[in-house]
Amino acid sequence: MTNPTLAAGAVERHLRARRDTGRGLLMPYVTGGITPGWTDYLRAFAAAGADAIEVGLPFSDPTLDGVTIQRAGDTALARGASTRRILADLSGVPDLGVPLVASTYYNLVLHDGPEAFCAALRRAGVGGLIVPDLPVHEADELTGAAAAAGIELVLLASPATPRPRLAEISRRSRGFVYAVSLMGTTGERAALAASAAELTERIRHVTDRPVLLGFGISTPDQAREARRHADGVVVGAAVMRRVLDGAGPDDLRAFLATLRQALDQECD
Amino acid sequence: MTTSNAPAEGALITAADFAGGGPHGDDPDIRGKFGIFGGRYVPEALIPALDEVARTYEEAKRDPEFLREFDHLLRTYAGRPTTLTDVPRFSEQAGGARIVLKREDLTHTGAHKINNVIGQALLTKRLGKTRVIAETGAGQHGVATATAAALLGLECVIYMGAVDCERQALNVARMKLLGATVVPVHNGSKTLKDAINEAFRDWVTNVDHTHYLFGTVAGPHPFPEIVRDFARIIGVEARRQMLELTGRLPDAVCAAVGGGSNAIGIFHAFIGDEGVRLHGYEAAGHGLESGEHALTLTAGSVGVLHGARTYVLQDDEGQTIESHSISAGLDYPGVGPEHAWLKDSGRATYHGVTDDEAMQAFSLLARTEGIIPAIESSHALAGALKLGRELGPEATILVNLSGRGDKDMGTAMKYFNL
Repeated sequence: MTNPTLAAGAVERHLRARRDTGRGLLMPYVTGGITPGWTDYLRAFAAAGADAIEVGLPFSDPTLDGVTIQRAGDTALARGASTRRILADLSGVPDLGVPLVASTYYNLVLHDGPEAFCAALRRAGVGGLIVPDLPVHEADELTGAAAAAGIELVLLASPATPRPRLAEISRRSRGFVYAVSLMGTTGERAALAASAAELTERIRHVTDRPVLLGFGISTPDQAREARRHADGVVVGAAVMRRVLDGAGPDDLRAFLATLRQALDQECD
Repeated sequence: MTTSNAPAEGALITAADFAGGGPHGDDPDIRGKFGIFGGRYVPEALIPALDEVARTYEEAKRDPEFLREFDHLLRTYAGRPTTLTDVPRFSEQAGGARIVLKREDLTHTGAHKINNVIGQALLTKRLGKTRVIAETGAGQHGVATATAAALLGLECVIYMGAVDCERQALNVARMKLLGATVVPVHNGSKTLKDAINEAFRDWVTNVDHTHYLFGTVAGPHPFPEIVRDFARIIGVEARRQMLELTGRLPDAVCAAVGGGSNAIGIFHAFIGDEGVRLHGYEAAGHGLESGEHALTLTAGSVGVLHGARTYVLQDDEGQTIESHSISAGLDYPGVGPEHAWLKDSGRATYHGVTDDEAMQAFSLLARTEGIIPAIESSHALAGALKLGRELGPEATILVNLSGRGDKDMGTAMKYFNL
């Protein structure tokens, strides 16, 4: 493949390169298959200055998701979304210049088998994978399959994670380390959790991999504050609430531009 | 007054009952696996809490004081030991095989769930936590949890599918009366699996002061092991009682399987007895072909649900299929990982019993023996009827009558037009 965002290790290389210019990283999330023309959101995200894009593959039992992402998943599934169809849609999207990172629950990976699942991601142009119900000690079988297929398996760290585990997670994670800002589910919050700063600090002690903060980051102010601690942010529920309320790609592009601006201001 | 670490004279359960080992390995490995099944497929945020539960449990089960307290409550509160009951008139319909019931329906709150709940409520105290949450399907585990929480002064929140709240309204009222908050869950199929999803969401948010009092032998390690060990008393008693009553071990042990706690509870003491067949009965609902069933082990495939790798009902895209059963307690598309392992190793066999077969057994036991069983347990009774005809009149079959049927009167009135 000639596309630089698709080469093996491209997610981490891309994020490191952008971080090293002093840029705050932005990774918006969209539930695959949420609307008939859902891939238009990807174009809008890229145009708004996303540094990576997370594409959710919906699962019937999303135990780590709050109401917004649950509703988005249910809506997509009711529309007939499936891993196969979402990846087929992605295959038809031209290069956006930013890496794509899939996220889903482990049953969907296991259903196809880790090798076949990762190979299918690769064929669809996806470079990374987040599996929130796969803690580091269950990750062995997927780690090998992902590496073989050139998929960067992103591991998550939580405020409750003790230091030795944090070091192991940071060492084995690829692409970036996903710092879960709080003890709880995905969803918008009134303020950035106090645990976010401490967790990010602890991760920085054990790795120089990019660290993205996620869960509960929904406003420019929160993004700006998150940027003080982390290399960037993941924004999911704030995006999907708007999508569920009928916002189109242009609306989301405008919303993400406000986050982009907030992240850029912080590095000035 | 003795200060020795020996169990009290005639203790129901001793440290040896928690020691694991045995010809089939019994205890999961260090990662919580029974063969390829089990494990911990949960968010990273819950791993430290699961570690803490596992560590605390390992200490507790070796602590004579903990075991004495558990034993004391099983005896003086839960009403153990429960008796065996011969059911000759019922047995006539089983080709004359001798059917013996283990009467968990006679425990306080009316189902085997009380055993696990008392154990885990004591564990909650030991963990230093003040709040328990639980999922419930039929409402039996919710009622049992609310009961133990009242007994030990713990705050209690029960998650229950909105559909189940409706079909088990009496149990909702019981939980409320016992001081619990009942949260109806409107997501997904609005049944047990969705209640478990919601309980996990609560736990990950409130884990610092909350214990998830898991109700069955499913879920992430160490729950399958802990719930089994606390339910194990059923088989420990029954094995001894069968030897006293009949002079030998039964030819077969039958139990209903939803998540699988009552089945593991009675099977476990017999796993090393090679001549004793272990039969689990899942809810076949309207039948396998109808697609409306809860035949997880019989017709499911290996996947990950609610934190464990086990058999699940899933479609060809890997999405969980909504199960169906006339009995809320068996209406679950997953199953405990140890059952998955017992199935694959061949030590236990699993079969389906339809709604209609279960309801016939329900009615038959009421009319022939004056015992109204839970519809869950009626699946095991229906299985025993078939098995008896197969094994012949010389056979003795032990059935776990896991709960009483008072809670099912609404369903029975509708089904039988009473």
